[in-house]
Amino acid sequence: MLELRNINKFYNPGTINEMCLFDGFNLTIKDQEFVSVVGSNGSGKTSMLNIICGSIPIDRGRIIINNKDIANIPEFKRCRHIGRVYQNPSMGTCPNMTILENMSLADNKGKPFNLSRGTTKSRIDYYRGLLRSLNLGLEDKLSIQVGSLSGGQRQAMSLLMSTMTPIEFLILDEHTAALDPKTAEVIMELTDKIVKEKKLTTIMVTHNLRYAVEYGSRLIMMHQGNVILDKSGEEKKNMKVDDILDKFTQISIELGN
Amino acid sequence: MAEFLVFLFNFILGVLEEGFAYAIMALGVYITYKILDFPDLSVDGTFPLGGAVAVVLIIAGVNPVLTLFISFLAGALAGTIAGLIHVKLKVRDLFSGIIMMTALYSINLRIAGKSNVAIFSKDTIFENSFLEKYIPDSLKPYITVILLFIIILILKLILDFYLNTKSGYLLRAIGDNPTLVTSLAVDKGKIKIIGLALANGFVALSGAIYCQKSGFFEISMGTGTMTIGLASVIIGTNLFRKVSFIKSTTAVIIGSLLYKLCVSIAISLGMPASDLKLITAILFLGILVISNDRKRKVKSNA
Repeated sequence: MLELRNINKFYNPGTINEMCLFDGFNLTIKDQEFVSVVGSNGSGKTSMLNIICGSIPIDRGRIIINNKDIANIPEFKRCRHIGRVYQNPSMGTCPNMTILENMSLADNKGKPFNLSRGTTKSRIDYYRGLLRSLNLGLEDKLSIQVGSLSGGQRQAMSLLMSTMTPIEFLILDEHTAALDPKTAEVIMELTDKIVKEKKLTTIMVTHNLRYAVEYGSRLIMMHQGNVILDKSGEEKKNMKVDDILDKFTQISIELGN
Repeated sequence: MAEFLVFLFNFILGVLEEGFAYAIMALGVYITYKILDFPDLSVDGTFPLGGAVAVVLIIAGVNPVLTLFISFLAGALAGTIAGLIHVKLKVRDLFSGIIMMTALYSINLRIAGKSNVAIFSKDTIFENSFLEKYIPDSLKPYITVILLFIIILILKLILDFYLNTKSGYLLRAIGDNPTLVTSLAVDKGKIKIIGLALANGFVALSGAIYCQKSGFFEISMGTGTMTIGLASVIIGTNLFRKVSFIKSTTAVIIGSLLYKLCVSIAISLGMPASDLKLITAILFLGILVISNDRKRKVKSNA
């Protein structure tokens, strides 16, 4: 279970540009929940992910995972239990290393990075099998550099790499936003498959309202650092894209646009 | 004609000796510049550091081979400190190198005691009683170049091996995409420090070997080391970019030889030796313009 309790986050504190993003923000995510998060730009979606992962510090509040407050634990230690896929496909892979080397790196997460051989020969067939499941033909290109792959191929690899070792949370930060519609569809289906197979607790930020409605077990809409819509279970299943769009329009009217 | 051939032969021998000695340093610069993506200026200080440590120890009667290991450790220590300044005190990479380089100038003077130290009459790895006894006279003129070749070959193989270990993979990953290293639940700072220690160890080792080869230590011997190292790395990696069977480490060594060749040609064409650093700088500029090194990085397309 992941809990955000009373989170306060200010940007540029003490300056004329001071901005309060979260003021007493609360959110609880149950185990094996697949939460889709939507909201306009600047509503705090990505900041929330960064706060969970530890990429940005918080000013006050508690981040509790499995009854343990992790607010003061550095980012890299939190990553032990978290897999993250970014919007930019090149964030999840090393462009100057080969597919095989990238897979080996991901496979060794949580184990010591010592002076033994970087790629374990007996694992190569396992990597090949994983890559084959992507249906992108990557299993035959093990020795080419990842930098020469397309964005979609790299994103598929990022997804594979971030979920290769046992993790508890999968954080998806608009991970289909930089891809063409066809590839985005493929990546989204792959995501759903992996989440279900590995029973991961997942938080997915997306601007694609259809994905938010179609996938996941819970839907959250954020606005100015608050959750303004939170549907799960049957209610979530009956949600339609138009319902979310209506809510968006409602907000704009309130703001006077 | 025969005179010219002798000149040419000695010329090439000189280029090989200088090129191999500097190639060790270039491998260090390759680690920081190409792999770690870290502009490490401390190189200008760690090169003479290795030299100072070696000459002082040799004068004190320490085995010349042992001085190489100690010089390596001294360089690694300096690299570690540069890394700690950058990682723990959160000083920009460029500045932590400059701080280290400047501080090392005084430290090197303290170690050596004065700005010039000669070890002409002492045993070195190139001139000692062991070689005197077992190497036939006909081989004697080439012993320096042969030893240098063996040393650089061993170092290259060690570095190649390291870069293919799990730890080496992380070192390569951090210059490529630091975010991924964090995602792998590894502390980025630690890997950077390891890389800097290793690189500066190589550079100091190169300085120690250079001093033993030339027979003296001189405080300003480090000036321009960074330039020579960068030029070697850029010539080598650009020249062999398309040739996949040549490893980058080999390319850097060849780059170092080619660079020394260019400098030696300029000198032998009549440029005064005092213009050495000017030639170094201009050649480096020329190489940069020709190769127009554009690196593919995550940062640039993020």
